[in-house]
Amino acid sequence: MISQVFILSSKGDHLIYKDFRGEATTDAINVFYQMVTALPGDQPPVVMTREGLHFIHIRQGGLYCVATTTTNASPFTIIEFLNRLAALIKDYCGSLSEKSVRMNFALIYEMLDEMLDYGYIQTTSTDILKNFIQTEAVSSKPFSLFDLSNVGLFGAETQQSRVTPSASASRPIMSSRGDQGGKNEIFVDVVERLTVVIGANGVLMKVDIQGEIKVKCYLPTCSEMRIGLNEEFSVGKSQQRGYGAAVRVDECNFHQAVRLDEFDSYRILKICPSQGEQTVMQYQLCDDLPSAPPFQLFPTVERDKSDRLLIYLKLRCDLPPKSAAINVSVTVPIPKGSLSMSQELSSPDQRAELQPSSKAVHWEISRFPGGAQLSALFKLEVPGLSAASLLEVGPVSMSFELPKHTCTGLQIRFLRLTPVQPNPSPRWVRYVTHSDSYTIRI
Amino acid sequence: MTWGRVSVGEMPYLGSEETVKELKRALSNPNVQSDRLRYRNVILRVIRFMTQGLDMSPLFMEMVKAGASVDIVQKKLVYLYMCTYAKLKPDLTLLAINTLRKDCADPNPMVRGLALRNMCNLRMPGITEYIQQPVLTGLRDKASYVRRVAVLGCAKMRNLQPDAEIDGTVVNELYGLLRDPDPVVMVNCLRALEEILKAEGGVVINKPIAHHLLNRLKDLDAWGQSETLGFLLRYRPRDDTELFDILNLLDGHLQGGDSAVTAATLRLFLQLASGHPTVQADALVRARGPLLATCTASSRELRFTGLCHVQRVLRSLPAQFSPDYKKFFCSYSEPGYIKFRKMEILVELVNDDNVVLVLEELQAYCTDVSPELAQAAIFAVGRIGRTYSERGLAILTGLLGLRQEHITSAVVQTFRDLVWLCPQSTACVCQAIAGCEEIIQDSDGKQALIWLLGMHGDQISGAPYILEDYIDSLKTELSTLVKLELLTAMTRLFLSRPAETQDMLGRLLHFCIEEETDMCVRDRALFYHRLLRCGVEETRQVLGGPKSDPSLGLIAGRPEEPINNWAAHFNTLEPVSSSGSVVAGIGCDGAALPTLGGSDGTTHSAANCTLAVQEASEDLCSGLPEEATSFSLTLGPALTPEAFEKLWLELETFQTVSLPCSEPSSQPETLQAALQLVQIQALAFSRPGSVPWKAYLYAHGSETIILAELLCGPGSDEDRLLVTVKQEPRDEKVQRGFLSVLETVLQTLVSDAT
Repeated sequence: MISQVFILSSKGDHLIYKDFRGEATTDAINVFYQMVTALPGDQPPVVMTREGLHFIHIRQGGLYCVATTTTNASPFTIIEFLNRLAALIKDYCGSLSEKSVRMNFALIYEMLDEMLDYGYIQTTSTDILKNFIQTEAVSSKPFSLFDLSNVGLFGAETQQSRVTPSASASRPIMSSRGDQGGKNEIFVDVVERLTVVIGANGVLMKVDIQGEIKVKCYLPTCSEMRIGLNEEFSVGKSQQRGYGAAVRVDECNFHQAVRLDEFDSYRILKICPSQGEQTVMQYQLCDDLPSAPPFQLFPTVERDKSDRLLIYLKLRCDLPPKSAAINVSVTVPIPKGSLSMSQELSSPDQRAELQPSSKAVHWEISRFPGGAQLSALFKLEVPGLSAASLLEVGPVSMSFELPKHTCTGLQIRFLRLTPVQPNPSPRWVRYVTHSDSYTIRI
Repeated sequence: MTWGRVSVGEMPYLGSEETVKELKRALSNPNVQSDRLRYRNVILRVIRFMTQGLDMSPLFMEMVKAGASVDIVQKKLVYLYMCTYAKLKPDLTLLAINTLRKDCADPNPMVRGLALRNMCNLRMPGITEYIQQPVLTGLRDKASYVRRVAVLGCAKMRNLQPDAEIDGTVVNELYGLLRDPDPVVMVNCLRALEEILKAEGGVVINKPIAHHLLNRLKDLDAWGQSETLGFLLRYRPRDDTELFDILNLLDGHLQGGDSAVTAATLRLFLQLASGHPTVQADALVRARGPLLATCTASSRELRFTGLCHVQRVLRSLPAQFSPDYKKFFCSYSEPGYIKFRKMEILVELVNDDNVVLVLEELQAYCTDVSPELAQAAIFAVGRIGRTYSERGLAILTGLLGLRQEHITSAVVQTFRDLVWLCPQSTACVCQAIAGCEEIIQDSDGKQALIWLLGMHGDQISGAPYILEDYIDSLKTELSTLVKLELLTAMTRLFLSRPAETQDMLGRLLHFCIEEETDMCVRDRALFYHRLLRCGVEETRQVLGGPKSDPSLGLIAGRPEEPINNWAAHFNTLEPVSSSGSVVAGIGCDGAALPTLGGSDGTTHSAANCTLAVQEASEDLCSGLPEEATSFSLTLGPALTPEAFEKLWLELETFQTVSLPCSEPSSQPETLQAALQLVQIQALAFSRPGSVPWKAYLYAHGSETIILAELLCGPGSDEDRLLVTVKQEPRDEKVQRGFLSVLETVLQTLVSDAT
């Protein structure tokens, strides 16, 4: 049972405050903000308690979403509820940010009023909520031609080779009533988060892929949708299917509403998506990557005659030639005493800088095509360079995005709405892999 | 009501009075009122100002009028306004009651529900008489939306007048509504009954209700399911057949997709099967997948909660997650609090198969940019090193090569614990610590280094000269603990290497007695001074305790806790919030281990200790009951820790009793001395205040030997001490006497402390 719900900006501005039970005062907001900002560095901030009132919060989009309770409630339930609240705000307002919350406060109050009564969760399903919510969302991001400039971020090869701007999926689900073009779209996203540790000898030490298939549906009512996965898709260690290279995951679980009667034989998921975004399927794969990891690093660390530290990095992208990694950033920890750096980069579209605060060199590459190899030489001025300083270099961590690529090889064969509708609504499939943590030991 | 700062762009530079006047004009303007959109926009502005913290209560009248509209959005906004200001304007709120009551009879169920909900939310004195009738009517409404609201309305009404008598008809009606076709109405009934019957222990879950709820589970959404599962916790099945029927019904929910439902089901499983440990273990095995999934969830907060619960499971089934150890490797983008948790878990689940890779992973964290994280990783390597000492030592000595202040300090602290627990590592450590004194700056590290130099100075050739450097810089030393440690170490080193150290010990004692202003340090120096005057042999007796205690590592190592100890707190806030300081959790564990005999620099001076014991002994001798003195316990022959452990494992438990006294708050030395007075030998203690607190004791008497374990919390009550007694050969009388003596000692100590 939840006593209060409030949303604060990162600066502590009160954006939303709703008291459900009258058990605690509005002062709780200030108490919370003081506690959360006074926490020493690495304390877990998730649950805090002051005078019998428990504060449970999540941080998303730079906002604190907080629930307070006086009972010893289930932390899983409350955290899941706050996550759901954040997701609903994203669905209804287009995005979750200080601005969108400020602009749509009336809508969010209305939502909270229906979601919770006397602190008890009533419903969080978009299908039910949309019957009750009457306020229209104010979109904080009006459509602009500039949004079209990042075409190519996501591909959409379902039926035509047309491309959809990524911004079109971040608009409110309810804002547009009536029949204008491009309204009733369905987005199916395959998002994978990749965690990799590569040892100093180049051997893969850990691979972990967390993937999910999300459906974002703008149709007010949607008939049954069939999502066809690769036929070779197999779950578990022993199972093998089809003749081609198997697409294997260790475990997968599905949304409650997914019907799986054709999953075993045809790898088809059937679902009637409700308006808004929902995760249809989650899957995990560890230890066994079907292809080479996207990046290999060949580092050399040595000291030259004038006692400078030389770090020579050769980075190779092992993606297929048609794909490319974007927003690649490489972080190399360096000895504490480093003063200055000179650099030689292999092409002009890269940048590198020494960040004295974090004692690291950041090397950024905006676009890194598959099969390419880039190199960088950093010469560091380190007073009192010793053999021990060399040990301080590394491990290298990377972050990047791989659009149009899944590391498991999971693909969506088709998306079909049944019965076939007279005006087929645009359907988009997008693939993206994010690096959750990509570490290379030196 | 204050709403904090408001960004400048949104707030006009007008006094709030001007704004209120302007809004008032607009609200009462007939032209505005006739235009639905304009009217709604003005109301929106009122709410916006209210959110920003301006006092909008003067508009109450106009807003009440605006509430009588057909526009539902407008109604909702007005209700929000009214609930905020009702307390300030109770008289005007009564004016709105009529509108609300009229809405409660509206043909549109949404309007009815909305009005009823907000009417019950008004929370002002005297409102109950107006809401009673609509709430009772609402219970029988044909729209489920209204019934949901009305059911919770009963709870609200009850809490508005907590002193009134419970209305039996309402309670009966609510119990009847448990069979409502709408699942949310059913769950709301449970919630409302729980609140109304709070004084009587909440809603009653008897067999028909329990089975009804179980059968309805599949109709509920995830929130309803997890809450209903919570209510089912209080149901006790009559026999095993019913129990297993229930468990079968629940089985599917254990591996569902929703983490809240999985956790609630698992908790119910563990509670229901509390008499069947194998069923519990089996449930935990099957919930492994979903639990691991929460540990890798994309929401950090969920991930953290999952990790905290995995730690609970590991307490009883350490091997459960060992094959999944890679899931607990940290990714660099994670916040520190998750990384600390993961490291704790890695230490717990290490085994012969994964130790190489786990250590390799931890080694990588040892050079993290965050000093706290690096230190925590080093302590974790040290903890694993207690079992796998060679591998651990290799990593730790390697880290010294980095010559980093925080790393060296943590490594030396880890060395101290390792040497104490694994004597075989002494030679290696003594070789490695040369040169560390130049790098260590913090007092924790210094203390550890000084302790090592004093304890094992005979194996470190340069020990006297390193300590001499510390003596020379004593004036600038700020930490009392470092000074105390230095005094003990120096005196101890004097015993093994007198020729080199006599002169510097003299200087140290002179300085501490003549110039030191800290009384603790001065007292300790005086104590050693007098002790040395008594003679070297006497000093050796006081200071020459054992140099290590390998038994501690094994006994206090990893006892597998019964699942029932933590099952009651599973899926509550307790595992998540009792985290305390995580850094200390890993870091101090080793240092926290009790060090009987090896006075390793506690602030508690030995002199104080003896004094306290003398006082205690007088109390004890007068307080012993007749029965206890009629038999005799003897101390000897002494039992080595190894022999104790062997015997402990061999013997069967003779008796387990729970004594009505809390964990003794006194220092281990005092406790040990007090027990020795009554001829009970203490072998090992946990540090005061640690949870669980444990102690191992033994005594000889009438040709038998008695072994005992004291255990305090968690799971057991705060103020009770669980005593497990084993005896060979068994002798009821001696055992009773032992227990009564033990109880008297503990109670005397507790009362002494208070």
